[in-house]
Amino acid sequence: MTLDGKIPSGPIAEKWDRHKFEMKLVNPANKRKYTLIVVGTGLAGASAAASLGELGYNVLNFCIQDSPRRAHSIAAQGGINAAKNYQNDGDSIYRLFYDTVKGGDYRSRESNVYRLAQLSVDIIDQCVAQGVPFAREYGGLLDNRSFGGAQVSRTFYARGQTGQQLLLGAYQSLMRQVHAKTVKLYARREMLDLVVVDGRARGIIVRNLTTGALERYVGDAVILATGGYGTVYYLSTNAVNSNVTAAYRAYKRGALFANPCFTQIHPTCIPVTGDHQSKLTLMSESLRNDGRVWVPKQKGDARPADQIPEHDRDYYLERKYPSFGNLVPRDVASRNAKQVCDDGRGVGESHLSVYLDFTDAIQRLGVDVVKEKYGNLFHMYKKITDEDAYKVPMRIYPAIHYTMGGLWVDYNLMSNIPGLHVLGEANFSDHGANRLGASALMQGLADGYFVIPYTIGHYLASTPLPKVTTDHDAFKEASDGAQTGINRLLAVKGTRTIREIHRELGRVMWDDVGMSRSDASLRRALEAIPKLRDEFWHNVSVPGTPDNLNQSLEYAGRVADYLEFAELLALDALHRRESCGGHFRDESQTPDGEALRDDANFMYVAAWEFKGAGKQPELHKEPLQFEEVHPTQRSYK
Amino acid sequence: MRLTLRIWRQAGSNVAGQLVDYSADQVSPDMSFLEMLDVVNEGLIKKGQDAIAFDSDCREGICGMCGLVVNGIPHGPDRGTTVCQLHMRRFKDGDTITIEPWRAKAFPVVKDLVVDRSAFDRIVAAGGYVSINCGGAPDGNAIPIPKDVAELSMDAAACIGCGACVAACKNASAHLFVSAKISHLGLLPQGEVEAARRVVRMVQQADAEGFGSCSNEGECEAVCPKEIPISNIARMTREYLRAVLRI
Repeated sequence: MTLDGKIPSGPIAEKWDRHKFEMKLVNPANKRKYTLIVVGTGLAGASAAASLGELGYNVLNFCIQDSPRRAHSIAAQGGINAAKNYQNDGDSIYRLFYDTVKGGDYRSRESNVYRLAQLSVDIIDQCVAQGVPFAREYGGLLDNRSFGGAQVSRTFYARGQTGQQLLLGAYQSLMRQVHAKTVKLYARREMLDLVVVDGRARGIIVRNLTTGALERYVGDAVILATGGYGTVYYLSTNAVNSNVTAAYRAYKRGALFANPCFTQIHPTCIPVTGDHQSKLTLMSESLRNDGRVWVPKQKGDARPADQIPEHDRDYYLERKYPSFGNLVPRDVASRNAKQVCDDGRGVGESHLSVYLDFTDAIQRLGVDVVKEKYGNLFHMYKKITDEDAYKVPMRIYPAIHYTMGGLWVDYNLMSNIPGLHVLGEANFSDHGANRLGASALMQGLADGYFVIPYTIGHYLASTPLPKVTTDHDAFKEASDGAQTGINRLLAVKGTRTIREIHRELGRVMWDDVGMSRSDASLRRALEAIPKLRDEFWHNVSVPGTPDNLNQSLEYAGRVADYLEFAELLALDALHRRESCGGHFRDESQTPDGEALRDDANFMYVAAWEFKGAGKQPELHKEPLQFEEVHPTQRSYK
Repeated sequence: MRLTLRIWRQAGSNVAGQLVDYSADQVSPDMSFLEMLDVVNEGLIKKGQDAIAFDSDCREGICGMCGLVVNGIPHGPDRGTTVCQLHMRRFKDGDTITIEPWRAKAFPVVKDLVVDRSAFDRIVAAGGYVSINCGGAPDGNAIPIPKDVAELSMDAAACIGCGACVAACKNASAHLFVSAKISHLGLLPQGEVEAARRVVRMVQQADAEGFGSCSNEGECEAVCPKEIPISNIARMTREYLRAVLRI
């Protein structure tokens, strides 16, 4: 199989405009004759469903929650990047493009990233027009803040709730289309399979989570916007129901899974307290704008923070990276936190945390300004830890936060299965091996508002799509398969709980496929995962029946998929014998301990093809070309 | 900590439910309330019993999916806190805690502690948006908005749509929820254009869903995890009267 990214020809700045002109259009009167299935209602899914509805397509939109407004995009705090250059500080589309390619450690597709930077500008305009209450200056214009990995102020924000406000904007647009009857909403539905007819994605099988019934939906194209797979680590900053199931089942139907080992650790999360912990809470890394990261210079210094004098503190990020300081990219900040903790200088009861100190910011700006900027984050921190960050430094530790890998897509955001499109975190395309802060919201909305409305039209207009109904054999086969899977889960009747096994899987993944990975640790994981999977299928207990709301059954299905997917992730990490971005191989580092890429051998997208249960997946490579941004060793010193 | 839990169990929307007693041992003060329920469920599953159904997702107080009435108070005793952010250190060893679902005609119970809040979606669908299509929006800085106006709008926009306001209200009124959206959009120049149409449609839809009226008790404000003030209800009422009198 040759992977064609379908990158348009011409200079990078003209590719998207030229492509938009060259793509075929669907006549306005014909749009309503097409049915489009959109799975997911986060920033990518809701913006896609709303925009496609506005164009006149007949859209079916699915989500696992009780309402589309719950999708986990809502939890993004810090902001959204846009190359507006409102601050007159030297920003431009080209600079945002450059920063994103560099931040991604040269493992993303240049053409996609350039388009993302171009569209960033339109997103802000669109969201303001929707009534998103972005932060403003006293003069009434939009305010910006700076964010990790950039030296300009280009991040737009709505207090610490930017994701919430952007999602509500998209949700409201979506509900407007529901009212206009262009979009039909299906909440509490979980996609269990993709239906492929004559080689094209034509439908999905979902479980109605309220009644337990398996339902079939047919369409002319399927759009997955089902988010990332961070909960393969059990503890992550993702929502507890976030999962890989939709994407993984598409993979089992033939869609290639690209770069699964590119996972991101977020440096500013609240530390773990015990086994009962169900998730980790992130605090926006915008905190690093004003907070200073430090640990004691001495190992085992047990004094409270306020009794450790300046000369006994190590502001290690400022020391090691004088030009970026506390604003180094996430992977650099995370690995350094791990290093100082491994060094025995971690703080807090578990010694698995570092300080994030606002004392200087409060002195410089006053407590009111700090409260205005970060009040909700300080409030959240107090709720969880019972500590007042206005008085004592916060304690933070890295946690799994985002997954750059995802289903492989071409420039049109279409997977290798014709008709199956993948948007947002669920695809692999824009962030390479590491995502910069405030870029996830940008990508989700760019894909949904401004890319898919064009590219889906081109697909529909240039593809013969004979009428298919849900009586087709492919639907029956997929539905029967989903039913068999459910029956199998309920039939195990073992003694272990799903959570116990998921927690064990998470431990394997965090220890051996986490912040740093080695040949030995990955081989260890590849031995442990099949054993756990075996344990699951022989000894898990899934209570209840399939014919009503059964959250245990839902959870079991997701964990079952993770027990297979984890192996793919570890395998990808093992094969990539280089460090890049969030993927850090102990064997491949610079003398300074930075990620050392191997461009000669690994400058490609690793796209894996499912070859059957228990069989080794097949690796396909899409070579990456860098014509604009010349790959260099990343340096934030 | 050792606790006694009295939890509402109901197999489905059409059958009667009841409070069932459970004991929870080895509760750590660092657990969140939902993590405590996770642990109880682990115990039930070990005994081969059906787990207690309750909704949650982000577990960081922003998605609005969780919602339990804890000892008669939606989201429990802490002000400005969703139940997922409520921690067990708020309770004492030996406490008995009663846990119920939201109770309102417009929020039918689906199972145990899970309710159907799709009525809120239909209220938003009736008019809770700015009627613009994607593309062609003017530059984001084309219309300056005074900082205090943007802040006031944001205060209201912070609503997470959890429904605690309805659960707390003796009339099961959705006024706080509806008025938060009315304020969020109506205060901004982008949303002001269709403010009159919006308020009429949203209020009518709330009535049609079976939510009650407001009698100014302020219970909604007291339990709102985002501490959205009832001054929004005053603004909504004013806008509504202005709109219907104009029509």
